[in-house]
Amino acid sequence: MNEQTFNARVATPTTRLIGAMAIVSMAWVVIGGLIVTPKDVDQGDAVRIMYVHVPTAWVAYLAFIVTALASACWLLSRKHSMGFDRVAGASAEVGVVFMAMTLLSGSLWGRITWGSYWAWDPRLTTTAFLLVTYIGYLAVRGLGGSLEQRARRSAVIALLAVLEIPLVHFSVLMWRSLHQKASVLSGDGDIKMDGSMLTTLLVGVIGFTCTFAWLVLHRQRVLAMQDAMQMTQLDAALRERASESADRVEGLK
Amino acid sequence: MDHLGFIAVVYGVTFTVIVALVVRTLSQGRNLASKVADKDKPWT
Repeated sequence: MNEQTFNARVATPTTRLIGAMAIVSMAWVVIGGLIVTPKDVDQGDAVRIMYVHVPTAWVAYLAFIVTALASACWLLSRKHSMGFDRVAGASAEVGVVFMAMTLLSGSLWGRITWGSYWAWDPRLTTTAFLLVTYIGYLAVRGLGGSLEQRARRSAVIALLAVLEIPLVHFSVLMWRSLHQKASVLSGDGDIKMDGSMLTTLLVGVIGFTCTFAWLVLHRQRVLAMQDAMQMTQLDAALRERASESADRVEGLK
Repeated sequence: MDHLGFIAVVYGVTFTVIVALVVRTLSQGRNLASKVADKDKPWT
């Protein structure tokens, strides 16, 4: 039997460029974060965790906001393009992984600075709640039904779940918290941080954002191909069933 | 360096997870791309 061969490429020049930017930035974060930047006056070397912790938290927020925007686009668009739904799903998957990494790095950082891996602190608790919410979102995406049903129910959940992000972000201001307040986005414009530390942190944010973009673009292509295969298999099953019915009718004649 | 173990675990786990995610995504993509018709892959 002759098996048809298809183009096995998933990458494009754009995703290659984004990937290259991510690799260069990540190398900077490792070298800058572990070797080049100085110790913090109060925290000593423990501050080096910040170069990973802050960018992963930023990417998790960004991922969940992208999920909500893509979900809103799916609900509002006339054609209900499944591309929006796949971007929403891909972004949530990446966001969950980065949120889990944020909690892990924060927990280890907390052990050094607070003497405990975990505290039922407003920031930590709301972050854990956000993670559980998006795990639930992914579970709902995995339920049965048509692609449209999946898109509709997950879009509604995404638009509700994103409302937790301001709660997480402002929890340190609304309640008494062990977690420190924002250092860079404090609002007064006065950033009390060494230049090399700030540069490494910003490069980290750019690098992790590029990684997020690369992962979402590739993952939504994977989801598109999975959906296409599902539809092809469904079409084949329907054709087979129709052919069986036709044979049965022919046999009765 | 103080707290080297903690810092090494944070960097090690973060970058290992990212690399694993990239490898898994690429391998899934290549595997599916060889089975799915080109008309269903608008990026090709």
